[in-house]
Amino acid sequence: MAQFRSKEKKTPPPISTQSLPDIIFMLIFFFMVATTMRESTLLVKKPHLPKATEFVKLEKKSLVSNIYIAAPSNALQKLYGTQPVIQLNEAIEDVSKIAKFVELERESMPANDRSQMTVSLKVDSKARMGIVTDVKQELRKANALKISYSVVPKN
Amino acid sequence: MGKKVPEINASSMADISFMLLIFFLAATTMDTDKGLFRMLPPYQDPTEQQEDIKVLDKNLFVVLVNKDDKLMVEKQPMNTRDLRRACKEFLMNMNNDSEDKKYPGYNEETIPGIGTVKVTKAIVSIQNDRQTSYEKYIEVQNEIIAAYNEVKDYYSMKYFKKTFKDLKENQQDIIKQIIPQKISEAEPKNIGGK
Repeated sequence: MAQFRSKEKKTPPPISTQSLPDIIFMLIFFFMVATTMRESTLLVKKPHLPKATEFVKLEKKSLVSNIYIAAPSNALQKLYGTQPVIQLNEAIEDVSKIAKFVELERESMPANDRSQMTVSLKVDSKARMGIVTDVKQELRKANALKISYSVVPKN
Repeated sequence: MGKKVPEINASSMADISFMLLIFFLAATTMDTDKGLFRMLPPYQDPTEQQEDIKVLDKNLFVVLVNKDDKLMVEKQPMNTRDLRRACKEFLMNMNNDSEDKKYPGYNEETIPGIGTVKVTKAIVSIQNDRQTSYEKYIEVQNEIIAAYNEVKDYYSMKYFKKTFKDLKENQQDIIKQIIPQKISEAEPKNIGGK
């Protein structure tokens, strides 16, 4: 018994935390490489994207502009109703604003990459084609012809 | 030797890097954007007179989607499940017999590295209503792109013994010449009314 008691009283050696910063830095680097910056806060409900199998991955994030089409978020439903609306950047806008939006987005891109500009349409699967067609028509007018219908992979 | 430089206390380093880590966790997202890639046709002013491009009826594969998300393919009602097979069949078969209304005609083209091949004149035409749901629209688009991809794979295996995505870029261009992806989208009609 005496032997046991003497053992318990010994303080265990402190755990070395010297390598902790290095471990955390490793994590940081992982996150910096593997993730991308969040683009904009959503004013519409998060679109429930349709499923598809024949998708391609969009590369070069800086050349992609997003247009969201979905029902307004709960707080904004009093103002905009419950039907799907269009969100450009940080605001819910009318279809007619798309040309201006495309122009601004194009100007923010490097000059020799402007022809590569892609518009990613993030449309809720419950939306009707009417609003999508109006958007597409405006994009054609604004000469933003590369588009991508955002989807989630189907397994 | 001079004075000893006192050691810098690095115990707060972990806290600082934790703060950075939490910032990156909050400000970034992991998901990459995936999508069906399409090119829109350039805008044409409706006030200007346009020459109508005549396309023979037999070269067209017409897909109609109505406001109830029902499909009509080549004047026959069809389930979306069968669309891929029907579209593939249309793209793979061709003849220049004007009596035959089922399959499209072809041009004989000489492609460097391959020789003379038959290139189908097929055009897939999708027409939808303004009330068609987006989900159905994407499903139809997906099936048609899938049909094209299967045909591309077939030709890739035939000429290069590899699947399309394993080919080199110039080989992919050759396959794209053999099977040009022509999807036409008419302006939607509002038959259903609102």
